[in-house]
Amino acid sequence: MNKRFKTQWILALSLFAFSLTVSGQQNQQCLQCHGQVFYEYDNEWTGLKDKRPMNPFYHIDSVKMHQTVHKAFACTDCHSPEYETFPHSGELRMEEKYACIDCHGGDDTYAQFNFEGIEAAFMESVHYKANDEKFNCWMCHDPHGYQLGLRTDESIKSVVSLSNQMCLDCHDNKFKYGLLSDDLPKDIAQIHAWLPNQGNHFNKVRCIDCHTKVEDDILVSHKILPKTEALRNCVDCHSANSVLMESLYAHRVKQSRAQSGFINATILNEGYMIGANRNTTLNVVSIVLFGLLVLGLSIHLILRLTLLKKK
Amino acid sequence: MGEKLYLYPVWLRVWHAFNAIFFLVLLVTGISMQYSSPDLIIVPFELAVASHNIAGIGIAIAYLFYLFFFIGSSNKQHYKIQLKGLVGRLLTQMRYYIFGVFKKEEAPFPTSENMKFNPLQQFTYVGIMFVIFPVLILTGIPLMFPELIVDNVFGIGGTLLTAILHAAAGFIASIFLVIHLYFATMGSTFTSNFKSIINGYHEVH
Ligand code: HEC
Ligand code: HEC
Ligand code: HEC
Ligand code: HEC
Ligand code: HEC
Ligand code: HEC
Ligand code: HEC
Repeated sequence: MNKRFKTQWILALSLFAFSLTVSGQQNQQCLQCHGQVFYEYDNEWTGLKDKRPMNPFYHIDSVKMHQTVHKAFACTDCHSPEYETFPHSGELRMEEKYACIDCHGGDDTYAQFNFEGIEAAFMESVHYKANDEKFNCWMCHDPHGYQLGLRTDESIKSVVSLSNQMCLDCHDNKFKYGLLSDDLPKDIAQIHAWLPNQGNHFNKVRCIDCHTKVEDDILVSHKILPKTEALRNCVDCHSANSVLMESLYAHRVKQSRAQSGFINATILNEGYMIGANRNTTLNVVSIVLFGLLVLGLSIHLILRLTLLKKK
Repeated sequence: MGEKLYLYPVWLRVWHAFNAIFFLVLLVTGISMQYSSPDLIIVPFELAVASHNIAGIGIAIAYLFYLFFFIGSSNKQHYKIQLKGLVGRLLTQMRYYIFGVFKKEEAPFPTSENMKFNPLQQFTYVGIMFVIFPVLILTGIPLMFPELIVDNVFGIGGTLLTAILHAAAGFIASIFLVIHLYFATMGSTFTSNFKSIINGYHEVH
């Protein structure tokens, strides 16, 4: 590396680090209240320091915040800079939030995700149909915690866990669910009581693998179907051409096809799904062995019947 | 009609009957699950899973029952393999099955009170009862509770490994079943051995 290049490189790095510290410092200001269980402020009237509990729904998990796809953001990139003053102005709660499409729409950088396709699918989901604008992308994609799952090298298990938590955060939380519905959310374990080995299934299969249909133009289909159309047929998954090949495993299938030309066994090595894991070599060997056995015994039988009769 | 030997006590026949029923259920449902597909349904998947589980528990209990009596009875003696000259004896028995039978030769190792198996039978029965059966049961239990299995063994899923072992052992056991059924027709008459498993008496050729 020549010297000029090196200084440029260092300059670029430190600029990047600087920008991170700035957003980090700014966030620190918000997180000293929103990242804590209690927050404190100077009471100008009494001259004392007041200590108050933070509303748990306004609590931001700073660890998660560091892992989200938007971790480089300052709070005030999405929220009004006026939040820097406390008490926050009452009008701020009427502030309109950005939608994903405001930033990601029509941007080639994100073409692979097909945000427009996702939005169209989402608009046909039960959630949007029942609630209209009240149900938006942020309902599932926690603005302060959303991480990419499927597209990463994470194990299937953690992809499933990330993805299912997005549904369970609401379907298993009466406060969040209550924002949209007057009913209590139904117990997920009870709804799915018909599914054997439920714990294992929910660790290895996503809610959306049963509650959406595969869509060709988007990797994660977003059209949550009415419950009557949910997948219930075991064999749709538990068979050689499992639907999971086009949904949960689709990304890996594509990757390994690109690398080696055919579906790599490693896709399914992480788990074992009755009916779907088939080792072709073992299959052929076992059928051949069985065939030979039956052939041998048949010959023996025929000989017994003919030779022994004659004698 | 030859002489009759009382070789199969009641407990053995009871075990054999239950074992046979459970085994058939396991075989049919096992194949049905392994090759399940939306187009070909031997047994509906849910039913297959449930009956495979029940029959699996059943056959494991039956196996314990068998072991209990096995240890407490003289049945053991039939399973003691004499290593010395084993290969020679196995070959003699094989030769008999391939050529001898057709020449109406005398069986080289006739069934007796002290030894109900010929060397070939003894060898396979020991293999089935004390190798394949334990493997099937010991891999079957974790498959019923897959969350207990280690996730990863040398880069291969623990469950996958267990399942392959289970299926392979199941395959060997089903090969055994076919041979077992065929050789059962080679008693003193075509059906005499099938009567033996009901009344307990073995007809000698
Ligand atoms: C001194 C503590 C404190 C600081 C610092 C603070 N907040 Fe708040 N914030 C609160 C409290 C308390 C609430 C609860 C509602 C209220 O009192 O307005 C709140 C509410 C909010 C809300 C929700 C408003 C609503 O009703 O929907 C947002 C958004 C918000 N804060 C963002 C920020 C941002 C962004 C920063 C940093 C630039 C920040 N806050 C700094 C204490 C603080
Ligand atoms: C990527 C954009 C984005 C960033 C970055 C962001 N927020 Fe938010 N925040 C939102 C959106 C959108 C909502 C509204 C969520 C909803 O409607 O469910 C929100 C809501 C809130 C709320 C109200 C409680 C809630 O969850 O509804 C608080 C408090 C808050 N943000 C604080 C912060 C703080 C503090 C930071 C920085 C550490 C921050 N936000 C960073 C987009 C963002
Ligand atoms: C205020 C603008 C803004 C909003 C609103 C926004 N994003 Fe982003 N998003 C960005 C930017 C900028 C990046 C690139 C961040 C980086 O590279 O550090 C990004 C990154 C991402 C990535 C990672 C892309 C990659 O290749 O790693 C995903 C996925 C994503 N956003 C999804 C969403 C979703 C889903 C929503 C709505 C729930 C959303 N974004 C809302 C601006 C935004
Ligand atoms: C009902 C819940 C829900 C809603 C509403 C929702 N999403 Fe998603 N979204 C998910 C889940 C679950 C995933 C899968 C997470 C993973 O595995 O990466 C996902 C993944 C994504 C991804 C990553 C896809 C990829 O190719 O890797 C993008 C981009 C995205 N959503 C955008 C949106 C946008 C835009 C909206 C609003 C129009 C939206 N989502 C609304 C649940 C939801
Ligand atoms: C194996 C497929 C499968 C998986 C995985 C699955 N579901 Fe379901 N789900 C169904 C089926 C089928 C129904 C319809 C059941 C019925 O009507 O009796 C259903 C019904 C529901 C309902 C409607 C209940 C009602 O009666 O109103 C909700 C909500 C639901 N599921 C949420 C989830 C969530 C959240 C997850 C992930 C944690 C999930 N499901 C995972 C198949 C599945
Ligand atoms: C923010 C809360 C929230 C989130 C997140 C959420 N849901 Fe829902 N869901 C609801 C509510 C509320 C209903 C009841 C119908 C309605 O009013 O939308 C519902 C209804 C359903 C139904 C039943 C539809 C019917 O026919 O009755 C299914 C299935 C379902 N959700 C699946 C999911 C899945 C899968 C996810 C995750 C990808 C998810 N939900 C995420 C709130 C949520
Ligand atoms: C959405 C796809 C899907 C559907 C539908 C589904 N399963 Fe599964 N099932 C799986 C996956 C994936 C696993 C593997 C878990 C693992 O890797 O350990 C599994 C595991 C199992 C297991 C545990 C066996 C083992 O060794 O892990 C049983 C038993 C089972 N399924 C039975 C059923 C039955 C019965 C039905 C229908 C009522 C059904 N499944 C429907 C995907 C599905």
